[in-house]
Amino acid sequence: MKKAFELFWSFFKIGAFTLGGGYAMLSMVEKAVVDQKKWIPNDEFWDMIAVVQSLPGVFAVNTALYVGHRVAGTKGAFAAMLGAIIPSIVIILLLATVFHEFHDNPVVERIFKGIRPCVVALILAPSLRMIKSAKVTWKTAIIPIAAVFLIWWCKISPAYVILAAIAGSLIYALVINRRETARRETRDDSPSTVSGASSRVSESRVSSQNEKEAES
Amino acid sequence: MIYLQLLWVFVKIGVLGFGGGYAMLSLIQHEVVDHYGWMTTTDFADMVAISQMTPGPISINLATYVGHTSAGFGGALLASFALCLPSIIMVYFILKLFMSKQNSAILTNTLKGLKPAIAGLIFAAGLAMMNTQNFVDFGCGQYNISVIICVLAFVASYFFKANPILLIVLSGIIGFFAF
Repeated sequence: MKKAFELFWSFFKIGAFTLGGGYAMLSMVEKAVVDQKKWIPNDEFWDMIAVVQSLPGVFAVNTALYVGHRVAGTKGAFAAMLGAIIPSIVIILLLATVFHEFHDNPVVERIFKGIRPCVVALILAPSLRMIKSAKVTWKTAIIPIAAVFLIWWCKISPAYVILAAIAGSLIYALVINRRETARRETRDDSPSTVSGASSRVSESRVSSQNEKEAES
Repeated sequence: MIYLQLLWVFVKIGVLGFGGGYAMLSLIQHEVVDHYGWMTTTDFADMVAISQMTPGPISINLATYVGHTSAGFGGALLASFALCLPSIIMVYFILKLFMSKQNSAILTNTLKGLKPAIAGLIFAAGLAMMNTQNFVDFGCGQYNISVIICVLAFVASYFFKANPILLIVLSGIIGFFAF
């Protein structure tokens, strides 16, 4: 129970003070969980992050659930998750109530008229940065262009576009996986599999770095 | 009824939300603005600005805000919980499956393939917000302050990695004096 409370409090602080979403939170989680509390060894933490960041859903919530579960079971998972989301919910509820009052205020309206075009830019910029970090070539550029066309022009639900993209990517990943297994079998010596596994870990760590850059 | 709709919408977003908070923007926008009409495109832009400026995960902020505007306090809690629900299920039943080296390699490669599509998704969300509701002075008069703000913010964000909160505050100040 004490551990569950500690988890709640660690993630509460992280949820209350990190601006800029999940990836900004990552270094704070590492500091709290790996360096200070020593709940999870450094290597295991980064292996876990590599998996968690590929999963759907809220990155911060996934991380909190996994760390909590790993440290203190079901109780820990829920404690960490609540710690991560309660500050957000409380702050937004307070703001939403206040904002509702001021929404029609002419001064507030003028300020927001300036902010809205900025928000559009803040959404477009990371999408282009993401294309850069995904190393899109002229051949694969068709993917983002098709996604934009389908959603923006044809008004197709992004849910279907994601589902189609998942199907395509999964086939691609399975093909790569099969090719790698085949290569490993032809080499047929055990040290190479070990080095293969560790290079995968370091590669995923690099990709998590890229991800952070893309999001920040 | 509205509660059921909120639950369904945000569970769906939790399941399909690959690639972080921005990727979810497109899904949220489609459901909340286009499909159910719970808010207008200007409300959505304001909401994104507020979510950016407050601490915590952007998607949780958005879910709470959408829930609150469409169904009050209960709606806010329900929407946030619905967004987390797929993650909870995943941690218990699926994560163990992905912790094996081989399966996690497949997962990482899947995300790599998914990334260009997600980037397109986010770009589409930005494009959908480029309208005269958000660019109020577009097409009237020779100075398009909205367009200038958008271009400057884009350059500052993309090329100089400027802090988004700073950009929002500066744009607010420009808006106060210009409109």
